[in-house]
Amino acid sequence: MTRTRRTLVTVALLALLALPLAAGKFYVDLVAKIMIMAVFAMSLDLLVGVTGLVSLGHAAFFGLASYVLVLAAPDQYTAVSLWTSLPLAVAACALAALVIGALALRTRGVYFIMVTLAFSQMVYFVFHDTKVAGGSDGTYIYVKPSASVGGWSPFDLNTGTHFYYAMLALLVLVFAFLRMLLASRFGHALRGIRSNEQRMRALGFNTYFYKLAAFTIAGAVAGVAGYFAAVQFGFVNPEMLAWHQSANVLLMVILGGMGNLVGAIVGAFAFVLLQDFFSSLTKHWLLPMGSFVILAVMLLPGGLTRAGETWRFWRFGGRDG
Amino acid sequence: MDLPILLIQTLNSVQYGLLLFLIASGLTLIFGIMGVINLAHGSFYMLGAYAAFVLSALTGNLFWAIALGVPLAVAFGYLLEWAFFSFLYKRDHLQQVLLTYGLILVFEELRSLAVGDDVHGVTVPATLAGSVELGSTMTYPVFNLFISGVCLVVAVLLFVLLRRTRLGMMIRAGASNREMVRSLGIDIGFLFRVVFALGVALAAFAGMVNAPASSVYPGMGNQVLIICFVVVVIGGIGSVTGALVAALMIGFVDTFGKVFLPDYAGVLVYLLMAVVLVWRPEGLFREGRA
Amino acid sequence: MTSIEGQKQRRRVIKALGAAGALGALGAPAAAFAQASKLKVGFMLPYTGTYAALGRAIENGFKLFVKEQGGKLGGREIEYFTVDDESEPAKAPDNVNKLIKRDNVDVIVGTVHSGVQMAIVKAARDNNTLLIIPNAGVDEATGPLCAPNIFRVSFSNSQPGLAMGLVAALKGYKTAVTITWKYAAGEQSIGGFKETFQKGNGKVLKELYVPFPNVEFQALLTEIASIKPTCVYTFFAGGGAVKFVKDYAAAGLKDKVPLLGAGFLTDGTLDAQGAAAEGLLTTLHYADNLSTPRNIAFRLAYAKTYDSKADVYAVQGYDSAQLLGIGLRAVNGDMNQRPLLIQAMASSEIDSPRGKITLSRSHNVVQDFYLRQVQNGQNNAIGLAAKALADPGRGCAMG
Repeated sequence: MTRTRRTLVTVALLALLALPLAAGKFYVDLVAKIMIMAVFAMSLDLLVGVTGLVSLGHAAFFGLASYVLVLAAPDQYTAVSLWTSLPLAVAACALAALVIGALALRTRGVYFIMVTLAFSQMVYFVFHDTKVAGGSDGTYIYVKPSASVGGWSPFDLNTGTHFYYAMLALLVLVFAFLRMLLASRFGHALRGIRSNEQRMRALGFNTYFYKLAAFTIAGAVAGVAGYFAAVQFGFVNPEMLAWHQSANVLLMVILGGMGNLVGAIVGAFAFVLLQDFFSSLTKHWLLPMGSFVILAVMLLPGGLTRAGETWRFWRFGGRDG
Repeated sequence: MDLPILLIQTLNSVQYGLLLFLIASGLTLIFGIMGVINLAHGSFYMLGAYAAFVLSALTGNLFWAIALGVPLAVAFGYLLEWAFFSFLYKRDHLQQVLLTYGLILVFEELRSLAVGDDVHGVTVPATLAGSVELGSTMTYPVFNLFISGVCLVVAVLLFVLLRRTRLGMMIRAGASNREMVRSLGIDIGFLFRVVFALGVALAAFAGMVNAPASSVYPGMGNQVLIICFVVVVIGGIGSVTGALVAALMIGFVDTFGKVFLPDYAGVLVYLLMAVVLVWRPEGLFREGRA
Repeated sequence: MTSIEGQKQRRRVIKALGAAGALGALGAPAAAFAQASKLKVGFMLPYTGTYAALGRAIENGFKLFVKEQGGKLGGREIEYFTVDDESEPAKAPDNVNKLIKRDNVDVIVGTVHSGVQMAIVKAARDNNTLLIIPNAGVDEATGPLCAPNIFRVSFSNSQPGLAMGLVAALKGYKTAVTITWKYAAGEQSIGGFKETFQKGNGKVLKELYVPFPNVEFQALLTEIASIKPTCVYTFFAGGGAVKFVKDYAAAGLKDKVPLLGAGFLTDGTLDAQGAAAEGLLTTLHYADNLSTPRNIAFRLAYAKTYDSKADVYAVQGYDSAQLLGIGLRAVNGDMNQRPLLIQAMASSEIDSPRGKITLSRSHNVVQDFYLRQVQNGQNNAIGLAAKALADPGRGCAMG
């Protein structure tokens, strides 16, 4: 990272650390929500920005984890253990991603986009049409998971500030994990696949398995985000799996800038804050939102963190690599 | 299930399948010829249905509404291509997805501002309001037969256009190999505009004709969009024949699924897609490169 | 990002000023002061979507009673806040938060859709806000999730079904097929019907479901024709009810397989349904032709004020206002006297256009259910389907 980048990141991190001391409950909750979405966006960035796989069905894993949390509870009023239900949810998402990815990756390009969309719709309908967890009405989580291990509680997710710091820690952890992944041979192979899959195959890489691995990891990380989103919201509903959610997270990734993870975080902040802003202006907020989406994609194809690339795009025209 | 009931459910399946075909054929052509993935296609269906509602309230008759609505749809499609979609050709698929998604949001809100968010029924024209006796227990609404009939006629006309006219030949060639068509000196811009307008008109027409049966409500375009994507994936991008076969398959799976496995009816269609993909990753009918 | 920072800053300042103002207001606890300020009533109702007509009728009914009381309840003027819940459960938590956290209402009146109601019930319990349910019959609200501050003046979903099951068994129907929307209200209504129908030796052959708010019934109507039951029981309301009744008749089933419905099938929908609804039997806690002076006066006043026919939703809205009025009168408009307010409301006897009603210990209505038939575009009571039917209130820990 460049020096300016590093200072910016440090400042942002400090600001996030200090926020609960300065701001009210409403903002602490809002930023916690944004950080969860940032984890979600980073997981998609791994797929789209790094490996070049445009998935329009990523919300399936996000929502699946939420439902696993609900189903893991013996009834609505007892708390599950965070340390058993979270790995369970992540494992379920990883498995689902493995299965869906194995099938979807048999297709390429546009077919892949449409197939991921259709698979996530399938998962959506399973939760919407059947009696699993309340159907179209959704279910409520009345008690948040408890973090106690043998009687000792490191933190209490019911408290706003504890939850906030837990999410900040999560954001940093996931970021570090993905960064490490990207710096490894595996990460380089993924970037190679995005740049020219044919060449990678010629070099002897089994690109199918690399792509499948990326898909599975991305699904698992999305599951982590979905789990905590359900914890915060206290309500699980099939709309969390809807393709609108998939399109929204895709927007976050492209808004912020693809491939460098920081872009995903920036995009998540920008998107949620914009949504908040527009909906406070008018009931018909989708109109400015939709127009903004169109303008942003048209004029800023590199996203907010890629100003240089954008300038080059406009100067020299043509397709964005 | 006895024979008359089986026949009636078959009728229901064919009606749904033909309707899907009309919408999906536009989607697959736009995709095949222009290489544009268009998420807003469901919105055209929705706009058509709302147009039918507004126009039939104004003119008092659904037939007049359709007669006025179709030319409006063609003009709208032509303009939309010129004003917006022509900028999408140079973009990659990800950007096309997001741009057309933004378009969906804009259309939904414009519709909300113009007509409001209420659910509306559209009256069936008096001449088609009766029912025919089919079997001992039930009668079948004439209007549903009308929908099937009209969709069938339009489907036949579409095939005639594609297989027997010069324009159709250019469209098929474009779907199969875009670059070649361009290098042959054919005015590709005009071809694109025509295909797009055709796609919009077909989707809007489907919306208009089905409005009395489905009622008119916000979000009706989204449901139909995803199913159409499945149709295109199963049928093969750019293949109109594929779209017809896939649409009919889905019509049957959905209708009989609702009856035999109601909890899983929604899932069955996607299961079908998964099965087809395992067998043929690029759809049933491939017409050259996309 | 500066403009957004600036906005945040502004919001914070406004919030701080607002908080200071509120604190100042609280610092004068005299009852007279409480009476002078307006009572904030928050409507969370569907103003769009398939249930829009129901939402409007409820609001109309409520405001009619307030108007009859000279614009005040318990000596206090009313300030109305509204949120359109669009009958969408997914948006419900955010919507109800707007009324509670942003508008700071004293009482919430809402809603129609049972799925949305769950969000309102949860928020009301979490924030101890007074809630009067003018329609949604979701069993949990006066069951496992009952609370002292939650009241329902309408019905619970299973009640009309329980009543109709009794009627169907008495009429000698042996087999039935049910069809409804697949969400809490539909499922609970069917559950009620099944319970009493099966006790009367009837058998439900198949339960058909349509996703909410889908109205494409053709395939399922064909299925009903194929099964050939002796009767069909259904729950639909609003726009869906209009379509279903018309489609049922168009499929030629109306004369061959008797259609029995929860009363919502034909309430507020008769004008749109026309001849297709004539003769249909339904059970409900209200009928248009109840000849009590109270009902006649109510229907006249409603028709004069709103130029439309009153239906069960209008009655429920009207009774919500009555219930609130009874409570406020007992505490002289002082909402801070919560226990007295609750006690007055819970033990009230409301003079409703549907007859005199009381509340059970789970705060749900105990009422008669009428068997009605559509005659000449009106829901006329032709008998009593069940007397003083109380919702079982299973799982409620109160009282």
